Amino acid sequence: MNTTLNSAASSAVKVKSDVRTAALLALIAGIGLVFTTGFAHPELLHNAAHDWRHSMSFPCH
Amino acid sequence: MLKRVLLVGLLAGLAAGLAMAVLQHFTTVPLIMAAEAYEAAPAGVATEPAPAATGHDHGAMGHEHGGSAWMPADGLERTLSTTVATVVSVMGFALVLIAVLLLAGEEITPTRALAYAAAGFASTGLATALGLAPELPGSAAADLVDRQLWWGATVLATALALYLLIRAKPFWAKPVGVLLLVAPHVVGAPHPDGYASVAPAELAAHFASASLAVHAVMWALVGASVGFFWQRVRA
Repeated sequence: MNTTLNSAASSAVKVKSDVRTAALLALIAGIGLVFTTGFAHPELLHNAAHDWRHSMSFPCH
Repeated sequence: MLKRVLLVGLLAGLAAGLAMAVLQHFTTVPLIMAAEAYEAAPAGVATEPAPAATGHDHGAMGHEHGGSAWMPADGLERTLSTTVATVVSVMGFALVLIAVLLLAGEEITPTRALAYAAAGFASTGLATALGLAPELPGSAAADLVDRQLWWGATVLATALALYLLIRAKPFWAKPVGVLLLVAPHVVGAPHPDGYASVAPAELAAHFASASLAVHAVMWALVGASVGFFWQRVRA
């Protein structure tokens, strides 16, 4: 009984930390994608995403 | 969990991003091209003696505005290039939205995702536009890095402020939220010393409102599609 409760509690903790890990990875990946398309300085990236940067009013040029 | 997050981000980004690419094509992009025509007209004289104006030292490095890097040709190539950038960027926004919803401990439904997306628009669209108005090509602007830093800091402060004001419980949450909301505008966005735009004021005004509307639609689509796909993808 006790063991079941313990394992239920520990799996709940595991789910919670899984969610947090996934969320943090998504946050880093998401910011990375927005940065690359919207803010990165290399001229190639700037030129390719030029109209999107202006449309979104990201600081450009 | 990670698989579900990434898959939903991918699908939502693709759906909302493609819709955004179409929307831009008919709203902001024609205004950008019109401004470029104004920008190019007086510069027609200045294009020839460009080396004298830009200096020689950038010639070898070619990363300033030397024009050595690939640039999409006007027409289909430019449209495709903008579409790819849009879809990738919108995927990024979708992933950020999912991450924030999960970290805030919210259940991801279309309604909840749309509410957080509205806060996203207030942060990346409204708060930033108050300091840095949407720019047409050719308008005067302060140093790029300064403006990018102000932009990033403003988004972070506004998003945090909205969370503290709307969702957080502690007694200090509301006053700190108000402070964070106001702080970027008290500090002030970096501005240029003068005005340089050659595009007519009407065009710039039209662009500013179109850009904000497009930005709002972007967040609405991201919120709706994140909510939609989260309910349907089980991993």
